[in-house]
Amino acid sequence: MTSLLYTEVEEELRSAVRDLLADTCAPASVLAGLGSPPDPGVWKALAGDIGVAGLLIPDEYGGAGASAREAAVVCEEIGRSASPVPFLTSAVLATRALLAAGTPAAGALLTRLASGETTAALAVSFAASPYSAVGGDVRRDEDGTLSGEVKAVAGADAASVLLVPSGSTLYAVRAADATTRPVPSLDQTRPLSTVTLASAPAQAVGEGIGDALLYGAGLLASEQLGVAEWCLSTTLAYVKERHQFARPVGSFQSIKHRLADLWLDVVRARAAARNAADALASAEDPGLAVAVAQSWCADVAVHAAEEALQLHGGIGMTWEHPLHLFLKRAKSTQIALGTPGDHRTRTAQLADIPAPA
Amino acid sequence: MNEEDIKERVREFLAANDPAADRLGFLRARFDAGLAWVHFPPGLGGLGAPRELQQVVERELESTPQLRPGVQAIGLGMAAPTILAFGTEEQQRRFLRPLWTGEEIWCQLFSEPGAGSDLATLATRAVRDGEEWVVDGQKVWTSGAHHARWAILVARTDPDQPKHRGMTYFVCDMQAPGVDVRPLRQITGEAEFNEVFLTGVRLGDDLRLGGVGDGWRVAQTTLMNERVAIGGAPARRGGGMIGLVTRTWRDRPELRDHDLHQRLVRLWIEAEVTRLAGARLREQLAAGQPGPEGSGMKLSFATLNQALTGLDLEMHREEGLGYDDWSFRRSESVDFAGRDIGYRYLRAKGNSIEGGTSEILRNIIAERVLGLPSEPRVDKDVPWKDLPR
Repeated sequence: MTSLLYTEVEEELRSAVRDLLADTCAPASVLAGLGSPPDPGVWKALAGDIGVAGLLIPDEYGGAGASAREAAVVCEEIGRSASPVPFLTSAVLATRALLAAGTPAAGALLTRLASGETTAALAVSFAASPYSAVGGDVRRDEDGTLSGEVKAVAGADAASVLLVPSGSTLYAVRAADATTRPVPSLDQTRPLSTVTLASAPAQAVGEGIGDALLYGAGLLASEQLGVAEWCLSTTLAYVKERHQFARPVGSFQSIKHRLADLWLDVVRARAAARNAADALASAEDPGLAVAVAQSWCADVAVHAAEEALQLHGGIGMTWEHPLHLFLKRAKSTQIALGTPGDHRTRTAQLADIPAPA
Repeated sequence: MNEEDIKERVREFLAANDPAADRLGFLRARFDAGLAWVHFPPGLGGLGAPRELQQVVERELESTPQLRPGVQAIGLGMAAPTILAFGTEEQQRRFLRPLWTGEEIWCQLFSEPGAGSDLATLATRAVRDGEEWVVDGQKVWTSGAHHARWAILVARTDPDQPKHRGMTYFVCDMQAPGVDVRPLRQITGEAEFNEVFLTGVRLGDDLRLGGVGDGWRVAQTTLMNERVAIGGAPARRGGGMIGLVTRTWRDRPELRDHDLHQRLVRLWIEAEVTRLAGARLREQLAAGQPGPEGSGMKLSFATLNQALTGLDLEMHREEGLGYDDWSFRRSESVDFAGRDIGYRYLRAKGNSIEGGTSEILRNIIAERVLGLPSEPRVDKDVPWKDLPR
C-alpha cells in the first residue's frame, strides 16, 4: 500500500545521515571548504559506515537492496546540508545505469560500488533531460577505444570509474584513462567537469543507460525539498530574532504572509517528492509522478532560496552567510536532469492535456 | 474494529434494510446501525471505530440513498463535530440524528456586519432571563438560512469582559418568533446568503452549547472543521474543478492556444500536488499524527479554484461573454462546480473570503504553525464595551 509518510526505518536512516552530516559537513564548514577538494572522509563515512553507497544495489551484489523511498530520505538530508558528496551521481545515476545494463561486467562494478571502495559517475551532461537521447558526444573507434568530449559532468571529479554512453552502448572507462577537467560551476558544492576521452580503453557493460536519468530526476526532487526546508527554517529563525522598528521583523504581516505561502509550497513539495519516490519504488509507471515532482520541487527550491535571501536582507547577500550555497544549488538543480519546462511538457503528454495543433 | 468487521456490519444492515424502499427510513436505519459516521460513539450514528473506516462504509453503500451534501454541508461539517465535542448527552441525542439524515438543515450565525475577520468583536447580545436567553442582533453571510431548522450561534453574554472571553455558543431555533431571514443577492445574481435579524429571540438554556463565556473556544472547533470541509481536496487524480476544465480542453480542440496550454498544465500540476498534500494529511490523521497541513488546504483550494475558473471563462472566448441566467432567485444549495462557466468564475471569488479570508489563514499559519510573533494587539485586555467601533 502506497504511503506518503515516512516509515520508522526511513526515519532511522534519516537521523543517522543527519547526525553524520551535522558533525562533518555543516553549512559553515562546507562554506569554509569551497574551492579546495572536498574531504573524502565525509563520503567514506556516509558510503561505508552508514552504507548509502549500496542503498539501491541488490543484496546479490553486496548492497542493501533498499528502494527509492530510502534513497530519497538521504537526498533530503544532503539537500538540507548542501553537502558536497557524490551520492546522487554515483549511488543513484551511475548505479541505476549499471542496474539497467544487467551484464556480469556491470554486476562486478556494482559490487565495487556497494562497498564504497569505488565511486563512479555517468558521463552525461548534468543538464541532460530524461526525455532526450544521450550518447552522441563520444564515438567508438575501430580499435575499440572511445574518443570525444562530454561537458558539465557532475561527480566526475570524485569518480574512479566513468560510465560513458556512446551510441546505444554503455562503456566503463577508468578515470585514469580519461582527462577530467573541473570547470568553474555555479554550484561549487557539486562541481562540474569536462571529460575528454582520447582513444581511451573502454569495456562495454550494457545497452543504454536505462531509466537512470528519470530515476535521478525523481530523487532530485527530494534533494530540492531538503534545500527548500533549510531555506524556510533558517529564514523563520532569522525573522523571529531580527528586530527593526522595535519589533521582530517576523511580526509584520508582509513578511508572515510570504512565509505562510512558502510553507504551503514546501508542504506540497514534500507530498510530491514522497509520491515520486514511492512511485519509483513500486511497480507502477513512475513517469507522471516524477514529472510532477520535478517540475514543482525545482521551482519551489529556487523560490525558497530567493525568498530566504530577500528576507535576510543585506546579510543574505554576503559570502560569509551560507545561504548562497543553497541558492546556487537550487538554481543548478532547476536546470539539472530536465528543466521544469521539460517536465511540464512531459506532464501534459502523460496527463492527456494536448498542446494546440 | 477492522475493515472486515465493518463490511460484515454493512452486510447485516443491507440484509435487514432495503435501499430501494423509503429513502428517509433507510437513512434513519443506517444512522441507528452506527453506519452514519463510524468514528462517532455508538448510539450517535457511529461505532467508535477509526475514522478511516468510514470510506469503507461509503464504498459499500455507494449505490444506496445518499445525503444531500450541498444543503447539509454546515450541519455535517460544522455543527455535528461541535455538538459532539461540547453538547450534553441530551443535545447529542436530540440533534445528531435528524441532522445526519437531512430531516433538519443547519446554518451558521457567526459573521456580523461589524465582525468579519475579527469575529471575536461580534455584538449580537444574549441576555439571561430565568431559564431563557433573549437574543438581539444582526448576522450576515448566512448560507442556507432559508432552509434551516436550526443554527449554530455565537452571541455576547458579557460586554464587560475582553472580547474573546464574554461570548457564549447556542443552538438557535430558526422557527422561533423574532428570527427574520432576508435574502442577500450576490454577484452571481442569486441569493445563497442571507441576512438574519434576531429581535427578542428567546432560547431555552438547554440550547446553550458549552459553558457561559466559553463561546470562543467552542467556535474554534466549528471554524477548524469549516476550513477542513471547504478545503477538502478531491481524492482522485484529475478530479474536482481541474477535471472539469481539463475535460473541456480535451473535448474542444478549437479552444486551445499555446498560452492557455502552458497555464493549464501549470494549474494541473498545482492541483495534483495539492491533492497529494491532502492525501498525505489524511494519512497523518489516520495514523494519529495530526499535522498542521490542514490550515493550508483551504488556502490552496481558494487560489486554485479562482485561477481555474478564470482560465475556463477566458478559454471559452465568445461563449464566455454570455451568462446563463441573471434572474434573482434563492439557491437550492451551495455548489462551487454547478451551473455554467460565468457563474463558477463569480462564485469562486467568495472562496478566499468565506470560512476565513486567505489573509487571516496566512496569519493563522504564520502564528500557529510557523511560530511567528503576532502583530501588536491594541484590543487584547480591553473590555469589549470600551472598544472603538
